Amino acid sequence: MENPYLPYPARIDSVVTETEDRNLKTFKLVFLNSEDRGKFIHRAGQFAELSVAGKGEIPIGIASSPTEQGYLLFTVNQVGVVTGALHQMEAGDTIGVRGPLGNWYPWERMEGKNVVIIGGGFAFTTLRASIIYMLHPENRSRFGDITVIYGARTPGMLLYKDELAAWNERDDIRMHITVDAADDPDWKYNVGFVPTITQEAAPSAKEAYALICGPPIMIKFTLPILSELGFPPERIIMSLEMRMKCGIGMCGRCNIGTEYVCKDGPVFDLAHMSRLPNEY
Amino acid sequence: MADKIIKKADLPALLSRLLDHYRVYAPVRHQGMTNFEKISAADQVDLSHVNTTLSPKSLMLPQSESMFQFTSMKTVDQRGILREIEKDYSPRVIFAIRPCDAKSFQLLDLNFDTPSYRDPWWLGQRQSTTLVGLGCNQPCNTCFCTSVGSGPFSADGLDLLLIDAGDEFAIQTRTEKGKELLIKTSVESEGSEATANAVLARQESSLKAFNSTVYTENLKRHDVKALFDGDFWDELHFACINCGVCTFVCPTCWCFDIQDEVHKGNGIRLRNWDSCMFPLFTLHGSGHNPRAQKLQRLRQRFMHKLKYFVDKYDRGVACVGCGRCVQQCPVNIDIRHVFRLMNDLGA
Ligand SMILES: Cc1cc2nc3c(=O)[nH]c(=O)nc-3n(C[C@H](O)[C@H](O)[C@H](O)COP(=O)(O)OP(=O)(O)OC[C@H]3O[C@@H](n4cnc5c(N)ncnc54)[C@H](O)[C@@H]3O)c2cc1C
Ligand code: SF4
Ligand code: SF4
Ligand code: FES
Repeated sequence: MENPYLPYPARIDSVVTETEDRNLKTFKLVFLNSEDRGKFIHRAGQFAELSVAGKGEIPIGIASSPTEQGYLLFTVNQVGVVTGALHQMEAGDTIGVRGPLGNWYPWERMEGKNVVIIGGGFAFTTLRASIIYMLHPENRSRFGDITVIYGARTPGMLLYKDELAAWNERDDIRMHITVDAADDPDWKYNVGFVPTITQEAAPSAKEAYALICGPPIMIKFTLPILSELGFPPERIIMSLEMRMKCGIGMCGRCNIGTEYVCKDGPVFDLAHMSRLPNEY
Repeated sequence: MADKIIKKADLPALLSRLLDHYRVYAPVRHQGMTNFEKISAADQVDLSHVNTTLSPKSLMLPQSESMFQFTSMKTVDQRGILREIEKDYSPRVIFAIRPCDAKSFQLLDLNFDTPSYRDPWWLGQRQSTTLVGLGCNQPCNTCFCTSVGSGPFSADGLDLLLIDAGDEFAIQTRTEKGKELLIKTSVESEGSEATANAVLARQESSLKAFNSTVYTENLKRHDVKALFDGDFWDELHFACINCGVCTFVCPTCWCFDIQDEVHKGNGIRLRNWDSCMFPLFTLHGSGHNPRAQKLQRLRQRFMHKLKYFVDKYDRGVACVGCGRCVQQCPVNIDIRHVFRLMNDLGA
């Protein structure tokens, strides 16, 4: 019997500092034991528990797509004990990975549909996984139009800048990159908050799903705009965050009503969420 | 109907035989409190209590349990890799557990033994244990097991049930594990008609002695948000000091925390009981806390037990009516009252 609490050992292959405040780093991990690779089969939207022995474990969204094989990517914002310890680690160090955990974006339901991705700040990780996944040559034809609205405070706070630029050059994905304020005179994208840009871009709700992930304030002001655009609550998909420990529905701390965000989530559609107590 | 009997005078001999075959945990009295402890001799056992002060959940879910070990020494190449820890899951008996507490293990199985994940330490404890129950001839005035799907002589979740029938204990066998225990300890005497009659009389008089009833029939159909928004929470939470005693003594509260500890380069990952009554329970690293207020935390405890659990598993409430939280809450918050408020919502 597999012990669901036991992390797979992994080696940090590289560490990339993503943002100008140096508070966000992307870790590329490779499993130490090759047989563990075959056991870790994820779908975009899932998360894993990263384990730093002596410090603890943290739930982090899987930023790499299932189509990127042989490694996993995680982008970590430094806030406390474990994230702080991770930020001190370097290529070659050993950590643990437990997962994949939780549910995923509703890929089955989204088959053949248009997809609108709305992200803010560093909550863009599993959205990156989703974009890479959909753009993969084997998958691109399974989806209709792909529209991305992604915002950060400043140009230097955007994640995955090279990829954003590359996607912006493609004609099979519509990019709306924005910042709250640009100090860079060469800034060639939008300036404005995500809700405003969403309103201007006005992606059609016809046959479309919206995946939305970001800080609470962004979500609060974007949801009414999506409703105005005609997105029904069943097709507004969100990823929630609660403090977690076990990640497998056992320790009891991450519930919203009947649902354990770690196991029954973290992905919920708005129709489902509106039936739950508003406590998150 | 009793399968076998054992004379009370022979109980010490039975316990000694049990000790030959099993690790034995039984009620032991210390400083005015009776709790389950590992015994090494029959005379340590004390059956004069109504129920133990603490529930026996620590025997299945220890208050602190080591999960993994690791080394953080720079010189060791296994540095930072978690390894499993050998555990003693040799056969064990929990002797004289009350029916309500035995039922609590069945409810917790719903959480720890699921189609998607199985908790190895919970399973290890459960599978190695034979549960020998002791029926309750004399309930106390906070007991309400009869309202929540258990009862003073309910054998649900037990391998054997003993019933005090005067000079002897009548024994009901419920499982193969129970049968095996009787064979190993040579319990062979059959009960007589007189035993059966004595048991019936005890069952009747015990049921009459119950003076607490709660009602649960509306909980399932009430709208979860209507209960959540109930106006009674405000008054109810006022006195609560968030001490967490109710959750620690409760056999059906299982929430836990996970922590790492390192001493001189050797570390363990532990899980410790936690409580939804504590503000840190839900505090995010960002400072955001979805249950920052006392009212929200008290509501979570009762909503979880009497509504979320009911809706999630359709196996009744997450409360076995042991009354411990009622007795031990320092400010007299009474779950029987909360049952009434929630069940009668809008009535
Ligand atoms: C499904 C999910 C996906 C996430 N994805 C990412 C991501 O891709 N990148 C990222 O930077 N952050 C992500 N987070 C948030 C991240 O888990 C927390 O910032 C992190 O746990 C803080 O840990 P700490 O030890 O540094 O903080 P401390 O404040 O020291 O926290 C102590 C412990 O509490 C728990 N905890 C604290 N805050 C949170 C929280 N917000 N969510 C869950 N558990 C918490 C953890 O077990 C943590 O070790 C995600 C959270 C969830 C629930
Ligand atoms: S025992 Fe009473 S005071 Fe303490 S947390 Fe529970 S309800 Fe509140
Ligand atoms: S909630 Fe109170 S009465 Fe119910 S099982 Fe827990 S401690 Fe016993
Ligand atoms: S993190 Fe333990 S139940 Fe969700």
